[in-house]
Amino acid sequence: MQKRRINRIYRRVTLSRVLQISALMLAIFLVLSIISLAIGSVPIGLGRVLLSLSDAFTGGNSLSSQENLIIFSVRLPRIIFAGIIGASLSLGGVVFQALLRNPLADPYVLGISGGSALGAIIGILIGAGSFYLGVPMLAFLGALFTVFLVFIVSGGSRGALLDNSLLLSGVVVNAFFSAAILFFLSIANSMELHSITFWLMGDLSRASIKEIGVAAGVLFIGFVLLYRQALKLNLIAHGEETALQLGVHVERTRQWILIVTSLITAVAVSFAGIIGFVGIMVPHMMRLVFGSDHRLLMPASVLFGASFLVVADTVARVVLAPAELPVGVITALCGAPYFIFLLKRKGN
Amino acid sequence: MSLICGRNITFSYTGRLILDDFSFAIDEAQVVAIIGPNGSGKTTLLKIINGILSPVSGQLLIDNKDTSQWSRRELAKAIAVVPQENLSIFPFYAEEIVLMGRFPHLGNYSFEDKKDYRIAHEAMEKTDTLAFAACRYDQLSAGERQRVLIARALAQEPKILLLDESTVFLDLKHQAQFLSLLRQLNKAQKLTVVFVTHDINLASQHADRIILLYSGKNYAIGNPAEVITAANIKEVYDVDALVDKNPHSGLPRMTLLT
Repeated sequence: MQKRRINRIYRRVTLSRVLQISALMLAIFLVLSIISLAIGSVPIGLGRVLLSLSDAFTGGNSLSSQENLIIFSVRLPRIIFAGIIGASLSLGGVVFQALLRNPLADPYVLGISGGSALGAIIGILIGAGSFYLGVPMLAFLGALFTVFLVFIVSGGSRGALLDNSLLLSGVVVNAFFSAAILFFLSIANSMELHSITFWLMGDLSRASIKEIGVAAGVLFIGFVLLYRQALKLNLIAHGEETALQLGVHVERTRQWILIVTSLITAVAVSFAGIIGFVGIMVPHMMRLVFGSDHRLLMPASVLFGASFLVVADTVARVVLAPAELPVGVITALCGAPYFIFLLKRKGN
Repeated sequence: MSLICGRNITFSYTGRLILDDFSFAIDEAQVVAIIGPNGSGKTTLLKIINGILSPVSGQLLIDNKDTSQWSRRELAKAIAVVPQENLSIFPFYAEEIVLMGRFPHLGNYSFEDKKDYRIAHEAMEKTDTLAFAACRYDQLSAGERQRVLIARALAQEPKILLLDESTVFLDLKHQAQFLSLLRQLNKAQKLTVVFVTHDINLASQHADRIILLYSGKNYAIGNPAEVITAANIKEVYDVDALVDKNPHSGLPRMTLLT
């Protein structure tokens, strides 16, 4: 029986190919972002958006101040923020998947998002929202605490860091956090409840310029640090023993990558809430198109993740306009069917 | 001084003693077979030579330097391993797998250059795998995958090659091709080969020296004629065997008597 080979054509990963694909995907991101600038509850034509962008460079003033306000103060920050969060979650997903050699691993499965959510909810309930960065700070602490907990439970301190125990402890930690979140939800008043619900489903609408700057900085530094490990990630993804045999100090590399990735994820989740499926879906799609080499897979996932979340958030903004949906609803609505499709195809 | 030198190596795993005060030495350009029953510590010994496991007590010296003092990368430049089976969940292509063998020679940011591709392709030519360079590794047959792994080990350009049952999935043609390749590398480049096998005749025909392990101890060590005897086989494997001379090579030949 002839095996059914549904392969893409193999192409070598070279520096010039990585640069070409990154440039192409960056261009796609920019085009989508500009289109997204024109879409919203207040209609502004694409032509006028382009005009306003060229004004920004030439110092012209051809749009009304209301239009300028909507484009530059409302939509643009949100699009940039969506891009950064999408990129961070995708980067987290692609790295965790390689690290744990499990295509289903991502920050949510490991419990990092749950810990972050718990921190945020406690923050909302104790009124930390009245302080600058109060809630995100607690969310961040929750995420870090989870990483620490998962690490200890899985024996990370002894250097074991076995992939299955890490995933399993993530599941256990997640179950505990879900119960705690439900408990807090049941004692919250209705105003707090609204705020918590939005946070639990992912919310990109409230980012301040400072938060965007912090998230962008963390993403940039984190990407540079992780990209240095891309070759080692290839070998670890292929197999731990292979990586050891081929010269990777697996334990040290894993711990370092785990710390950096957890930080990126914790920052993203603490600012944007829980946005599911991006971290699983984006790396998976990119692997289908570009293969498993992380030197190409990482930049491709980061840029595609940015585009993906910008599109998802645009849909979330307009589908019930003038009301807005949490973006997590949209990502889950595409993510779940994608997975059913994947599982069904695998089953054949 | 021997290239690989084990001194009083003891290794235990979850309370079970696997290697028990075991000493041995392997010289440069030797071809050494490690044989012994299941659970006698063969694979453990390979992993200790490769520094993946460290002995509970005792020392393993490569080039007169303890493996714990080598960096992983330096060790990977000196020693290549062909594992038993190596499946990955992620879709890699055969050429990518072979290029992984170049990792110890690359920097962190690096991409493979022309020289790396040339070395990888020579390795693939020698193992008859060039034809499926652009095929998915996980969709190859077991024998084809094994040849890809052999190519990866060759691409490492090692001084020492460790083989763990690396011929079991190969058909006769590729087995012969691989064994003669090993001979040639051994002669031309002074490659030291250490292989673990269950095939007594393979060990006898192709090894300069044989280490016969028996419950973590070195039961016999020496050239094939010294180690492959009916008495040793009876004692270690608990089977009756006829050992005579292979009419072609004059080396010991074993036939199971059942």
